[in-house]
Amino acid sequence: MTAMASAYDTPSADDSFAPMRFLGTVIRRDVLLAARRRGDWLTSQFFFVMVVSMFPLGIGPEPEILRMIGPGVVWVAALLASLLSLPRLFAEDFRDGSLEQMLLSPEPTVLVTLGKALAHWCIYGIPLLIITPVLGIQFSLPAEAIGVLVLSLLIGTPILSLLGSVGAALTLGLRGGGVLLTLLILPLYVPALIFGAGAVDGALSGVGYSAHLSLLAAFLVLTLMVAPWVAAAALRVSLE
Amino acid sequence: MNWASWDAFWAMGGYGLYVWGSYAAVVVGVGLEIFLLRRSHANLIKRLKRMQTWEKQ
Amino acid sequence: MSIAWFKYSSPMTFYGLAGHLAPWFGWGAAILAVIGLYIGFFVAPTDFQQGEAYRVIFIHVPAAWMSMFIYLVMAFWSAVGLAWNTRLSFMMARALAPTGALFAFLSLWTGAFWGKPMWGAWWVWDARLTSALILFFLYVGIMALWAAIDDRRRGDRAGALLILVGAINVPIIYFSVKWWNTLHQGASISLTKAPSMASIMLTGMLIMAFAAWFYSIAVALVRVRGIILERERQTEWVKVLLEQRS
Repeated sequence: MTAMASAYDTPSADDSFAPMRFLGTVIRRDVLLAARRRGDWLTSQFFFVMVVSMFPLGIGPEPEILRMIGPGVVWVAALLASLLSLPRLFAEDFRDGSLEQMLLSPEPTVLVTLGKALAHWCIYGIPLLIITPVLGIQFSLPAEAIGVLVLSLLIGTPILSLLGSVGAALTLGLRGGGVLLTLLILPLYVPALIFGAGAVDGALSGVGYSAHLSLLAAFLVLTLMVAPWVAAAALRVSLE
Repeated sequence: MNWASWDAFWAMGGYGLYVWGSYAAVVVGVGLEIFLLRRSHANLIKRLKRMQTWEKQ
Repeated sequence: MSIAWFKYSSPMTFYGLAGHLAPWFGWGAAILAVIGLYIGFFVAPTDFQQGEAYRVIFIHVPAAWMSMFIYLVMAFWSAVGLAWNTRLSFMMARALAPTGALFAFLSLWTGAFWGKPMWGAWWVWDARLTSALILFFLYVGIMALWAAIDDRRRGDRAGALLILVGAINVPIIYFSVKWWNTLHQGASISLTKAPSMASIMLTGMLIMAFAAWFYSIAVALVRVRGIILERERQTEWVKVLLEQRS
């Protein structure tokens, strides 16, 4: 008993970092695979740009109106773009059997789901942040509002990846999984949309945006604490 | 008594469309649920019985 | 006591129990609805602010309450099912969802028919209306997930997980919508200032709420009986039962 306790009290450096290394491996693997298949994830980035660009065509070029709807349009397009790329999150690894191998490994499943969600954010979220300022200019947003928009997406897009990973795990391998995923997850995105787009509105109207961003960050922390575990449970359910 | 006549009752002080429109929706919704539930239950029992007779043959 | 609970958590005994209880709840709901509607239309006086239009409240508020309450009950059964792996809990969650969705829809519909004469618009983006709409979307999503999964065990568990995620999310959604609503006050009308209700109106509304509650129980019991039969069709007791019926 004492021997065991002491073994837990003084773990070797290797052991305590093993989960982190495993997480890093999962993330690196997915990012590398995505880098090899650029066409796959570029579609969702182009989708994002195109959807946003359709709105001025539908509504008219008045800068006043565009400035008013801009933040909401960019945010809604970000939600849709994330949903477009999410069905692939586990599908490839599910098809070639490597997902099952990962679940059989001694590392906890939650690290797989967390790693995959973070990798999804790297592939889908970070390019989005880089594109967004250009779209902000399209909607004639002032510089400060563009800054807040990017900041809100920086805090908000990880939420989309994390919540989306739950939906992707639940709908894994189902027919019509993509549309179903949208149906399941879109209502859960509502708080992120409200706080995110609201922050930019606050910056535009001069009310201030720090409260919005704090709430968005709080939602991110909550999602980070809950979503990977639920996704892990959902993955086990789907693979049984 | 609230109502002087049946006409007054149906008119609902000019709000007849809104009051009866919502009550009608409830009647239709609840009625439809009960009807569908009864039908699916009857169909289920019929189907299970048919399967049972097949298994016996 | 605990032994009795275990006894009724077996689908076979619960099938019989539900069959005995469902008519009681069904007739109870009908009687309560008659009493509640009588109070609502013939005893409760005309509201001095809203005229007769307020009489929608006797179905609107019970429907809205039930849509939320049923979601909570579904979340409870899902948690029980996932924690203790009880088959009946998942069946209860499945049996409740359509009724919850119906009440969510009815609360939206009656809300629109109440809102039109009161605020001059069928729909306003008020915090409560918006949350009710999102609750309805959640119900639709859950039922769509069940419909898409053929495997029973997977469907049960996947649905339960989604219900629980939604249950965590619903308060956050409500808060965020409320927050959003207060910031866009100019665009909509606040409904938080409810007119003070005469106690007889409140009585009628509560009786109607109990009627809706009894109705939900009755319908869920009948539906769960169907689910039990379908799932246990290979067992001996279902075969005996079917033979007795013919």
